[in-house]
Amino acid sequence: MNVLHFVNAFFSDSAHWHGYDGIPYRVVEHLQYSLEALAFAAAIGLPVGLVTGHYGRGGNVLALIATAARALPTFGLLVLLVTWLSFSTGLVMIPLVVLAIPPILVTTYEAVRSVDPSPVDAARGMGMPESRVLFQVELPVALPLILSGLRSAAIQIVSTATIAAYVSLGGLGRYIIDGLYQKNYEKVVGGATLVAGMALATLLVFWAVSRIVVSPGVRRSS
Amino acid sequence: MSGFFDIPSDLQNSYFGLIGLHLREALLPVLAGLLVSLPVAQLCVRFRWLYPPVFGVTTVLYAIPSLAFFVVLIDYTGQTETTVMIPLAVYSLVVLVPAIVDGVRSVPPETLAAATAMGLGPVRRYLQVQLPIAVPAIIAGLRVATVSSISLVSVGMLIGNQGALGNLLHDAQIYNRPLLAVNSVVTTAVLAVLVDAVLVGVRVLLTPWMPKERAAR
Repeated sequence: MNVLHFVNAFFSDSAHWHGYDGIPYRVVEHLQYSLEALAFAAAIGLPVGLVTGHYGRGGNVLALIATAARALPTFGLLVLLVTWLSFSTGLVMIPLVVLAIPPILVTTYEAVRSVDPSPVDAARGMGMPESRVLFQVELPVALPLILSGLRSAAIQIVSTATIAAYVSLGGLGRYIIDGLYQKNYEKVVGGATLVAGMALATLLVFWAVSRIVVSPGVRRSS
Repeated sequence: MSGFFDIPSDLQNSYFGLIGLHLREALLPVLAGLLVSLPVAQLCVRFRWLYPPVFGVTTVLYAIPSLAFFVVLIDYTGQTETTVMIPLAVYSLVVLVPAIVDGVRSVPPETLAAATAMGLGPVRRYLQVQLPIAVPAIIAGLRVATVSSISLVSVGMLIGNQGALGNLLHDAQIYNRPLLAVNSVVTTAVLAVLVDAVLVGVRVLLTPWMPKERAAR
């Protein structure tokens, strides 16, 4: 139970609770990066996914984008950008956003496309314009899948923002990277616990959000 | 482009040595993941109630960032390749188990009934009917798992240079040779695409019964 011992030592050390390298500061920093990256990625991925899914076009292009994005090593991209150009927070955001767009885009497309066609036809038959078909019929039905795409994007952002501490981004990864260099294993394990905690909290938040926003009828049928 | 393939001697490997190392660190975990997920998926198909908890546990494990996973394992397995490969194997389960479960479940009941009527026992029915029909779904899962595994190995660099091609990223920084980072990223991406293509080829070979236009995807 060595690891638990380290975790305990890390969290009971009061020096870890305030100041620039304190836990609250680092948690807020990590949250801020993650939310910014997710917001950017969603702003790009959601509309494109909704529209392409609605018209059912471009699936092959999207599958290609998804494969290409998976094949690109994010960590390598991160280090490459920073060694080639120089460090800035805006620059580190680029790989994070690029990483998060494919899961959002592809799942949204698949979600909207795979909506049962009969309610969509019924909506058209009732005289709904395309925009209302998309937002009042397809979107609510596709919402659980769309949220799962956003969730996996968020999780990947949280874990990659950790690795980005290597190229001097702040956030919870700092504890792990600094601890490794300082041969301070207590700090490493403490940081790892916090990062894992944040990832699990992300899962929980998405679970709660889907309980709230997904209509009960859709939830029951799925 | 001078120095693009000149690997610093501290890595104690040639360019192709690094590629071999990278493939081993990426593919062995997926193979282990496949060997574990086949029986697990079969249990989930057999006992339906087992699937939601298994799915939940793997989702939670998948959420744990790779770096956090690595550093906690250091205490048990040290700064070694094993420490990098264990999390990768666990991650591959998350993709493979649902893929196999969906694949095996998608076998039409008439086909199963026909197999039983022909006198196939449960083991032969599984090996000769269910598994072959599930191959496209399994390979689709394997493609996702392998490609992300190849890209994640690089992160192993952070725990004592165990990242194969990812170690080039560290050298790119300490020797101020950005080209080494380019080399790392490009080689890793090309490896991922090649292995993906090989898996697609395997799928085509294993499923001669599939219509050609779907095989193109």
